[in-house]
Amino acid sequence: MPLDLVVNVTIAGVLTGMVYGLMALGLSVIFGVVRVVNFAHGEMMTIAMYAAVALFTLWGVDPFLAAIPVGAAFFALGYLMQAGLINPFITRPEHSQFMLMVAVALIMVNGMLMAFGPDARNVQIGYQLESWELGKILFDKPRVYAAAMALATSGLLFLFFKATLVGKAIRACADNYLGARVVGLNVKHLYALTFGLGSACVAIAGCMMILLVDVTPNLGPSYTLLAFIIVIVGGLGSMTGALLGGVLIGLSEALAGLFIQPSAKSMFGFGLLILVLLFRPQGLMGKKS
Amino acid sequence: MTPRSRILLALLGAFLLALPWVVNPYLLSVATLILYLAYTGQAWNVMMGFAGQLSLGHSLYVGVGAYVSAAIFFHYGIGPWAGMWLSIALCVAIGAAIGFLAFRFGISGVYFALLTIAFSEFFRIGFDHLQWTGGSGGLFLKVAQRDQIDLGNFRGPPAMYYYAILSLTVSALIFCSFLLKSKAGYYWLAIRENEEAAQALGINTFRWKMLAVVISSAMTAVAGVFFAFYYNNLFPEQIFHISRSIEIILGPIIGGVGTLFGPILGAAVLTILADGITEILGALGWEIPGIKQVFYGIVMLLVIMFLPHGIWPPLARKFGLGK
Repeated sequence: MPLDLVVNVTIAGVLTGMVYGLMALGLSVIFGVVRVVNFAHGEMMTIAMYAAVALFTLWGVDPFLAAIPVGAAFFALGYLMQAGLINPFITRPEHSQFMLMVAVALIMVNGMLMAFGPDARNVQIGYQLESWELGKILFDKPRVYAAAMALATSGLLFLFFKATLVGKAIRACADNYLGARVVGLNVKHLYALTFGLGSACVAIAGCMMILLVDVTPNLGPSYTLLAFIIVIVGGLGSMTGALLGGVLIGLSEALAGLFIQPSAKSMFGFGLLILVLLFRPQGLMGKKS
Repeated sequence: MTPRSRILLALLGAFLLALPWVVNPYLLSVATLILYLAYTGQAWNVMMGFAGQLSLGHSLYVGVGAYVSAAIFFHYGIGPWAGMWLSIALCVAIGAAIGFLAFRFGISGVYFALLTIAFSEFFRIGFDHLQWTGGSGGLFLKVAQRDQIDLGNFRGPPAMYYYAILSLTVSALIFCSFLLKSKAGYYWLAIRENEEAAQALGINTFRWKMLAVVISSAMTAVAGVFFAFYYNNLFPEQIFHISRSIEIILGPIIGGVGTLFGPILGAAVLTILADGITEILGALGWEIPGIKQVFYGIVMLLVIMFLPHGIWPPLARKFGLGK
C-alpha cells in the first residue's frame, strides 16, 4: 500500500476526529454537570445538519456562517429542553432519565424522517473538492476548515468554564450539587444553561459534519452511539478526554476503512468501547471516582 | 390473586384461545405480534424489572437466537426443536459473558446499558459480514405451505404460530410469577432496591444478577427462534438494530416495569394504538413513514412523565386485581 495514501487517510481521519470531538464534547459537558445521559445527542446533531442543508438550499448560506444561527437556536432549544423536560427528572432513577431521552430521540429521528424523507441530503459549496497540496500529501479544504472551527469552538468553551463567573458556578454544580444550592446558586438555571451549551456544541459540529458526509434521518442513532463511544473512551465528564477520544475514533475509523473494510469500521469503535469499559471504565483521561 | 382477577383471567384466556376462529388473518397477525412483544417484554422484565439491570441490547438475543436456529435449518435441515437448544445455549453463553464482564468489573447503571448496546451493535456488524448466514443480504427460509401443519419443522398456518406464541407467553407469565415468589425473586428485589444493602446482608449479588441475565437471555433466545420461523427472513440491519431493543422494552415500560401483567398490557396497548393510528392515517391518506414511531415516542414520553410506574399498577389498584 503506498505510503502517501496512508498518510492522507491518517490526516483526513484526524481532522474528522476533531469534529467528532466537538460533538462528543457537548455530550460530555452535559453528563459532567447535569449527570443525565443525553440519549438524543446524535439526533440533535442530524437536526443541525438538516438545518444547515435547509439554510444552504433556501438562501445559499455557507455552513460555516450557518453554524452561528443554528448554534444559537440549539442553545435555546437545549435550555428549554432541560428547563421543561429534564429538570423534573434529575431526582428520578437513572433508567427513568434514560428512557425519557430515548423517547425524545425516537420522536426526533422519526420527526425528521417525516419532514425530510429517507433520502440523503448534502450541500454543494464552491470549495467542496479543493485541497492544499504538500507534495503528495493532500489537505481537503472543507475538512481543515471544519477541524479549525471545531477546535475554536472547543477553545471558547474551555475559556468559558475556566475564566467566567458563570462557568465557575456551573463547575461548582458539577462538583457538589448540594453545596451549590447551599451557597445560593440557581442550580436549575445553570443546568439548563449547560444543556444549552452542550446543544450548541453539537449543533456547530453538525454544521461542520454536513461538509464531510451526507445526512439521512438514520444517522441519528449511530451518531449517538459514536458520541458515547468517544466520551467513554476519553472519560465521561473530561473535556480534553472528549477531544482526544474524538481524534482517536476518527483516526481508527479512517484506518479501519482503509485496511479492513469500510463497512466494518464502526465495529472497531464498539470493540474499543468494550475494552475501555472493562479495563479502564473511567476512560483514558477520566478521574477515578 | 383476588377472586375478581381469577374470573377476568379465565375470560381473557377463553377469549385468546377462541381468537383464531373469530378474527380475520390481519387481526390474527396483530394478535401474534402483541403476544410476541408481550413475551419478549416479559423476558426483558426479568432482568430490568426484577433484578434492576437495564439492558438496551436485547435485540442481540433475539438476533442470535433467530439466526442460529434458522441457519442450521437452512444449511442442514435440522428443525427448530433441536435448533432451539443451540440458540438458547449460545444466547446464555453470550449473556453470561456480558454479565460476567460487567458485574466483575463493577459496571452498572448507564454504563451497563451502554455495554449491552455495544455488544448488540458489535454482533449486528459481525453478522453483516458473516457469509454463512447470508451477510447483509439476509437469510431466507422457504415459505411454509400455509395449509398443512408440519410440527416437526415448525411450519404451518398462521394459527399454529399464534398458538405457539400464546403458549410461550402464558408459560412465561406462570414462570415469572413463580420466580417473583421464589427466593431469587426476593433477592432480586433487594438488589434492585439497594445493592449495597443487599450485599451487606450476605446476598451474593454477583451470582443472582448473573441468574437474571441467564434466564432473560434464554427466554429471549426462544423468542428469536419463533421470530425466524414466523417471519422467514432475517436481516442483521433489522433484527439486531437498536430500535428492536427499544421496541422490546416499550411494552414493559408502558405497562409497568417489574409487574407481571405490565409487559402484556403494555404490548397490547401500544400495538393496538399504533395499528389503529396507522389505519386512521391510512384512511385519511396520510401515509408518512416514521409517523408510527413518533407516536410511540410521544406515548412513551407521556407515560414516563405522568405515570412513572406504568399503567398497570394504577389500574390494578383501582379494580382490585393484585399484581
